Amino acid sequence: MSSALLIMIGLALFLGLVLGYAAIKFKVTESPLVQKIDAILPQTQCGQCGFPGCKPYATAIAAGEADINQCPPGGEEGIRKLAELLGVDPKPLNAEHGEPKPKSVAVIDETLCIGCTLCIQACPVDAILGAAKHMHTVIAKECTGCELCIPPCPVDCISMQVLQEDLDTWKWKYPLYSIQAK
Amino acid sequence: MRTLHTFHGGVHPVEHKQESTALPIAQMPLPSQLTVPLHQHLGQRAKPLLQVGDKVLKGQMIGQADGDISCAVHAPTSGTISAIDQAPVPHPSGLPDLCITIIPDGAEQWIARTPLNYQAMNPIALRQHLRDFGLAGLGGAVFPTHAKLNPGKLANVPTLILNGAECEPWITCDDLLMRERAVEIVAGAKIMQHLLGATEVLIGIEDNKPQALEAMRAACAETSFEVIAVPTLYPSGGAKQLTKILTGQEAPSGGRSTDIGVQIFNVATAYSVARAVLHGEPLISRIVTVTGNVEQPRNYEVLLGTPVRELNALAKPRSDTQGTIMGGPMMGFTLPSADVPVVKATNCLIAKSTQLFPPPQLALPCIRCTLCAQACPVNLQPQDLYWFSRGREFGKAQEYNLFDCIECGCCDYVCPSHIPLVQYYRYAKSEIWAREREKNQADLARERHEFRLARIEREKKERADKLAAKTQGSKTPSANAEVDPKKAAIQAAIERAKLKRAGVTPQNVENLATDTLKEIEEIEARRAQLKRSMEQQPDAPD
Repeated sequence: MSSALLIMIGLALFLGLVLGYAAIKFKVTESPLVQKIDAILPQTQCGQCGFPGCKPYATAIAAGEADINQCPPGGEEGIRKLAELLGVDPKPLNAEHGEPKPKSVAVIDETLCIGCTLCIQACPVDAILGAAKHMHTVIAKECTGCELCIPPCPVDCISMQVLQEDLDTWKWKYPLYSIQAK
Repeated sequence: MRTLHTFHGGVHPVEHKQESTALPIAQMPLPSQLTVPLHQHLGQRAKPLLQVGDKVLKGQMIGQADGDISCAVHAPTSGTISAIDQAPVPHPSGLPDLCITIIPDGAEQWIARTPLNYQAMNPIALRQHLRDFGLAGLGGAVFPTHAKLNPGKLANVPTLILNGAECEPWITCDDLLMRERAVEIVAGAKIMQHLLGATEVLIGIEDNKPQALEAMRAACAETSFEVIAVPTLYPSGGAKQLTKILTGQEAPSGGRSTDIGVQIFNVATAYSVARAVLHGEPLISRIVTVTGNVEQPRNYEVLLGTPVRELNALAKPRSDTQGTIMGGPMMGFTLPSADVPVVKATNCLIAKSTQLFPPPQLALPCIRCTLCAQACPVNLQPQDLYWFSRGREFGKAQEYNLFDCIECGCCDYVCPSHIPLVQYYRYAKSEIWAREREKNQADLARERHEFRLARIEREKKERADKLAAKTQGSKTPSANAEVDPKKAAIQAAIERAKLKRAGVTPQNVENLATDTLKEIEEIEARRAQLKRSMEQQPDAPD
């Protein structure tokens, strides 16, 4: 009788220790849902959703504090994917947060740049290269097209250029027939 | 006698081969200009080496390979570089690409050509040479040859296959090459065999080319190479299909033929390897079949960069010609214009007419007859892939092995509803690639953003730490004085100045007379008074 009791107590203690260790060792610091939402968001870090980046927006969606239709760069497809993930109905993009635009990159007019570094500080992905009183330039490959560098520029030397299709980004089109009567 | 295997499906389109095989290969005369694209191969674009106005020799490297999956491009003749800019290239999009334009001087002056003693060479150096000779697969996929000649993790690749099947209708460039230059093809195969460490070399040729078979057999008489006639069935010239026919083995889905110990090259690639290694000639020309709606269909040896318009003109296109197909009618595409140059991938140019190639009929709904599934040489379910691609369910299409599709067009060919199936697959594939690119860009942006946030946080912490150290330092200067000699020096200077200010006692007044001392006192008193009055009127204009 007492040995059975001891075995049970011992077992309980042992399993408790294992569970306690596992809770520390495999601690989940971040909600996996936030990560899944963040993976769908386009990572432009533009803040058009009203949050200071994609991760905070993902956190807000996961907490139910933000709607899924606040991300213009993600577009309809982003909303559809989020709806699918969260098991809700997709809805049209909230126009308050802006319109989807074609993918663009910022271009600095290097003849006008005065080297104030304000755009460098504004860039969320460190895609602008330069130093104080030296000309700045945008690393086009790393620019997300968030437009955050445009308002701080005191001489308005930054413009957005829509990315043109080239041989590396060209896509086969959806097969369509040209019907004469249009 | 080797037992041959069969692959699933396949079709028998009308061959149209005899039109262009009547005449031997002709050397095309020097064109008026040569526009050499820097991206004629799969992989990274070559980097231009020279400037506009530079003189070049025939065979001189003008574009350097950029990375391992890339190869060089060369001047096809001697002349002057007149432009390095965006020019139209043979691509279904019609978009331009970076090209080097050369105006020939007519001298055809070669660079110094030195044959390589490949058997004594380090394989790595030999592959490097092949890359710098600009060798890429001439069957159409233009994958850099040196990369395929690397056994990699395997010690060797036991089976080397030369692909002389040439299964697409109209195309005869490999047929003529095998008839006329079999000896050099075999010499190239020996070099490939050497690099791969292959123990058996199989040469597969469709049985509708008896003359090529005979020539190749004669050239292989002294070797252990096996020349095998394979039944004529499109697409037996597909790399995986020919491997299946000759060895009975299938490369795994998504894998490469090297996974089953087989490497396969086009016969024209073997020929160009021989020209490069044994004669020191880089890849600057290739055999092109010019056929279709023309008076004199024929095979020409053409310098890369030759305008398609000038090559077509040699074959005398008929008046009702509308456009040109590059490649075969099954897998080729209509060129955006005749101003594009001949490139490494140009095996055939077919002049189009509505009689030979009627415009596509209106697609009717899919009736689920599964004729396409019966014809598919890769054992796919084309009708399912069609539904998924059409419905933009790309994930599902990938699950159904969309990327194993070789775009051979057998399904299109048999579809009774005339559905452009391959177009749907190409659309789906390029959408999936685009999404992949977008995802990679998003991942990069996320990583950079997170790094930036971490950096800002770190800088903030560093500033706070510095400030804390400073305030702490002023509280206990003695503790820090020894640690920082600079601070100690400053501190010492401050101390000295303080001392100076406190005890300003003139050193030269001890031995003066009393009336002189009195005079000094008076002056000091006046000075003090003046100072006071100045302080009372601080706003006085100066």
